[in-house]
Amino acid sequence: MTKEAPRYLKLSGLEPLIITPESNFINVGERTNVAGSRKFLRLVKEEKFDEALAVAREQVENGAQIIDINMDDGLIDGKEAMVRFLNLVIAEPDIARVPIMIDSSKWEIIEAGLQVVQGKCVVNSISLKEGEEEFKQQAKRIKRYGAAVIVMAFDEVGQADTYERRVEIAKRSYDILVNEVNFAPEDIIFDLNIFPVATGMDEHKLNAIDFIEGTRWVRKNLPHCSVSGGVSNVSFSFRGNNTVREAMHSVFLYHAIEAGMNMGIVNPSMLEVYDDIPKDLLEHVEDVILNRRDDATERLLDFAETVGQKAIVEKETEAWREGDIQSRITRALVKGIDKYIVEDVEQARLSVTAPIQVIEGHLMTGMNVVGDLFGSGKMFLPQVVKSARVMKKAVAYLLPYIEEEKLKNGTSGESQSAGKVLMATVKGDVHDIGKNIVSVVLACNNYEIIDLGVMVPPEKIIASALENDVDIIGLSGLITPSLDEMVYLAKELQRQDIEIPILIGGATTSKAHTAVKIDPEYKNAVVHVNDASRAVTVVGDLLQKETKTTFKSDLKEEYIRFRESFNSRQRIKEYLSIEEARANKYTINWKSEDIVKPKELGIQVLEDIDLQKLEDYIDWSPFFRSWDLYGRYPNILTDEIVGKQATELFADAQEMLQQIFKEKWLTAKAIFGLFEANTINDDDILVCSNTVENVKGEDATNCHPELVEGRVKSTDRIFRTLRQQSKKASGKPNIALADFIAPKESGLQDYIGAFCVTTGFGTAQKAAQFEEALDDYNAIMIKALADRLAEAFAEYLHKEIRTKYWGYATNEVLENEELIKEKYRGIRPAPGYPACPDHLEKETIWELLQVKERIGVTLTDSLAMWPAASVSGYYFAHPEARYFGLGKIKEDQVRDFANRKSIDYEMAEKWLSPNIAN
Amino acid sequence: MNIIYKALKERILVLDGAMGTMLQAYQFSEEDFRGDRFKDFHIPLKGNNDLLSITQPHAIAEVHRKYFEAGADIVETNTFSGTTIAMADYELEDIVYDLNYASAKIAKEVAQSFTDKEPHKPRFVAGSIGPTNKTASMSPDVNDPGYRAISFDELRVAYKQQVEALIDGGVDILLVETVFDTLNAKAALFAIEEVKEERESDIPVMISGTITDASGRTLSGQTAEAFLISIQHIPLLSVGFNCALGAKQLQPHLEAIASRTQAGISAHPNAGLPNAFGEYDETPEEMAVQIKSYVDKNLVNIVGGCCGTTPAHIKAIANIVEGVTPRSVTI
Repeated sequence: MTKEAPRYLKLSGLEPLIITPESNFINVGERTNVAGSRKFLRLVKEEKFDEALAVAREQVENGAQIIDINMDDGLIDGKEAMVRFLNLVIAEPDIARVPIMIDSSKWEIIEAGLQVVQGKCVVNSISLKEGEEEFKQQAKRIKRYGAAVIVMAFDEVGQADTYERRVEIAKRSYDILVNEVNFAPEDIIFDLNIFPVATGMDEHKLNAIDFIEGTRWVRKNLPHCSVSGGVSNVSFSFRGNNTVREAMHSVFLYHAIEAGMNMGIVNPSMLEVYDDIPKDLLEHVEDVILNRRDDATERLLDFAETVGQKAIVEKETEAWREGDIQSRITRALVKGIDKYIVEDVEQARLSVTAPIQVIEGHLMTGMNVVGDLFGSGKMFLPQVVKSARVMKKAVAYLLPYIEEEKLKNGTSGESQSAGKVLMATVKGDVHDIGKNIVSVVLACNNYEIIDLGVMVPPEKIIASALENDVDIIGLSGLITPSLDEMVYLAKELQRQDIEIPILIGGATTSKAHTAVKIDPEYKNAVVHVNDASRAVTVVGDLLQKETKTTFKSDLKEEYIRFRESFNSRQRIKEYLSIEEARANKYTINWKSEDIVKPKELGIQVLEDIDLQKLEDYIDWSPFFRSWDLYGRYPNILTDEIVGKQATELFADAQEMLQQIFKEKWLTAKAIFGLFEANTINDDDILVCSNTVENVKGEDATNCHPELVEGRVKSTDRIFRTLRQQSKKASGKPNIALADFIAPKESGLQDYIGAFCVTTGFGTAQKAAQFEEALDDYNAIMIKALADRLAEAFAEYLHKEIRTKYWGYATNEVLENEELIKEKYRGIRPAPGYPACPDHLEKETIWELLQVKERIGVTLTDSLAMWPAASVSGYYFAHPEARYFGLGKIKEDQVRDFANRKSIDYEMAEKWLSPNIAN
Repeated sequence: MNIIYKALKERILVLDGAMGTMLQAYQFSEEDFRGDRFKDFHIPLKGNNDLLSITQPHAIAEVHRKYFEAGADIVETNTFSGTTIAMADYELEDIVYDLNYASAKIAKEVAQSFTDKEPHKPRFVAGSIGPTNKTASMSPDVNDPGYRAISFDELRVAYKQQVEALIDGGVDILLVETVFDTLNAKAALFAIEEVKEERESDIPVMISGTITDASGRTLSGQTAEAFLISIQHIPLLSVGFNCALGAKQLQPHLEAIASRTQAGISAHPNAGLPNAFGEYDETPEEMAVQIKSYVDKNLVNIVGGCCGTTPAHIKAIANIVEGVTPRSVTI
């Protein structure tokens, strides 16, 4: 009964997938790819695997027949993430029913993935890039694991970019696989490289047609195999114009499928139906894809200007004004347009019997739409903050009428809020952008916000919570000591038997810290919330009468589980004693030619810097992050999902930035010092500050070559650095910053710098003005921009130090992009950051430079800088100096550090606690 | 070419029936299980049936003999739990090699004596490779679905040891059976491929999955066809199903794979579904009627019995398949 059976590519999840010549194009879901989806990357990074699973599920529900899973990102442990995510996927029958494509450029990740999936997977990918031997080895193992394979058209020479090269590499790969490895030919899928067309470069003109013709050749000459590819690449040059892109995808696919491409990665929402493409657009796009005329690209570019989005925008601009009152108010809120809000609200007020009804009716209806859109990811944070601005204006206009109404009939007339939320940045911390954003978003959802501001002592938080009878306490913080403040607050609340749920947020907070350190201290609910959209849901769940008890107990259980698995997951890391770590220090071969004496030693203050000079030094990516928009600048401006919103936000930022420059809203100040220095006793840097003008040293130029610890002059300062203690692979050193300064014993005089810059003066006043004008959007904006300018200032000053004041790199020429990537000699590590997480060292910098006295930047109890938009740190100039992360250290170093600094062990422990290994 | 391929093309081969059911009749005591070698062992060993290959070899040989007499072409070694993973329950990881080697040797000797008597009907030994008591693609903890009690590599290493010992002991075939988690089976197949490569051996491999219940899926959730696709990457003598279901319930799943593979199809169902007392009570005659239906539909190449089946069942099955033209195979 079985003749020579046809050879089809057969894959399996829980169910089979058989690809026959009659099969429609097989669509591979690509949203579970950290390289392709920022959202997925973020979820994986934040270990929100439940939400990451939802991404996978949604793809399968939307018709993906295979799901591609990729965990290649520098900041995640790809192997662990792949295994963990696959294990969870396998446990979800509605996802695991489809086959899995294990996607990685690292063999170890692919193999780890193959070891946890029962079904027949596809490996994406292998190639001849590293030569035949490795290719055969990998293919043989893939076969043994029972998977199909994608072979990239890539060989020892490079990636195939012409028809001939595609054919050559495909044929060679096929022959090796089929004849030498005995790989089933139906299990081979070629990825023949889809490259962009219409880039304006002549050599790209044939990119689409060469792929299509290569596909035709492969399907005809290499029996039983398949052809796949990532389609969106082809339209890369038209990012931002989806009408054209969608048409390009359809046209490309139409021809590629006809040539034999039978599977691929396509975003279904970025695909126009071929027959629905307008004839003129179709013609222009086909000219480009099939390279039918020399001027195809120019013609399509011209034509693109006239199609799509532009026309729609124009049509829309004012038409909405013709709708009914509710639709106008809703629209104004959704779009954040305040131009007509007062007139619309007035009209609404006249249509109801009591002014309060406008808030509870018209405005809340509109805000509910905003909430829904935001919750479902269709609106982004900056838009919501703008909506809030419109809302506040509307309410402000109505308030006098509500008061009047109250007087008139004695009724309360007050709107019923959904609940009261107290918000505070904890003691010692001054960072409040995130807290303000959450406040605004909650206010939009009809919560009453009691905002206590920054640096709020715990007593005040508790007193105010009780006095106002709040339903929830939200705590925020950015610097590491704030974590302890939060733990302390939880303990205090528990001690006083208070039962108010706590929200935890801010850049250094994490689910791990919340679950492991805060949650056990408090019987009531503690929730870690790191983005504004989740805050609304969480607060809702905490307060909803019907669900809150279950929500809280589920939450407690979740944190207990998380805690247990976190604790059990902690890999037992091996540590060296501090003595052993010192013996394995980073050794520099000290040569006098690597050390440059600064042009001028001593301290200098820079005041009234022209802020405009800093514009080119701004790193914009973190700015977008502070608004919950993820992606790299400038690509983020054309991103498929957040691009439009990012572009708008960027325009607003630019506008304010120009005002800041022109109207001098902010004052920039800097102080820096360059000093003679040498490392002593391995980890300490002795800084000779006798050039400080108001301190008279005995011998002003001699830095005490005979000096040993304990006999340090009062004018000198010592930086106490911390040393990596985890056991390293052989040959890898245990670094401390002190390793980058020549030791006393070398006999060489070395140098170090220290600095503090600020652009924060003026920020608080300006923000307060905006807040008074009910404009949270701009109040947050000014703070976010001041932060960016402070960072830019630090970057600018570092360059001036390198090329001018210290002058060890006078010939340096770098673009901003390279600056951001820190491609220069020397580093400027900051206390509180990975290389030197100890905030206490800021005190030494402050004493050394007299920062407070000279430029007015102060340190809070938790050693945060005030104003917040400030940056301080050290300068190291040796060519081998580089950034590193300290990682965890052991108790012996903490004791040693306390001794060296002459402080209590307990105090050292308190400040270093985030870095102490258990 | 291995003579088993020849036999498979000529006739429907009969596999033996249950080992456990037969051993129950001996009513071995704790002392019997321990034998001399383990008389001072620190934990109870009663119930460790595989151990009987070492401590009660005559009984094992006797069971094999009864099945051959009933008409079986292939008997399975008494090694269903013969991995370090399954033996860990008895803290007997150290004897895994001995156990597989001894079991293979006993079965092979019995088979050889029958082949010698009836050279026209050669008898074969299949090394039984069970699923172990852990699953590589399911979590034992409902609250932690991402957890796994065993890894692919741990399974691969354990299976490799079992496979080497079975081959050293002289088995003719390797039978990866009662597969309820396909990933476990893939680890076994991986180990088998490694051993085959290292020894330049081409020992035939049978694989037999288990459809757990009326859902028509394996315990790890795969449909019959998905299971088939997942294990076809190495050359197989046969693929099929055993255990959990009776012959009648198994038939649709055999139909689902028979038309989709060129390898042989095997079936060794239970003696019906368990009754209210957990006993299998389908009689040899009842079971034979069901097997006849397989034969009439040209579904199988190898057929035998699992839980609850006895030499009487195997005899009835052997009578049914006697002289029948088997389903054609390309192997």
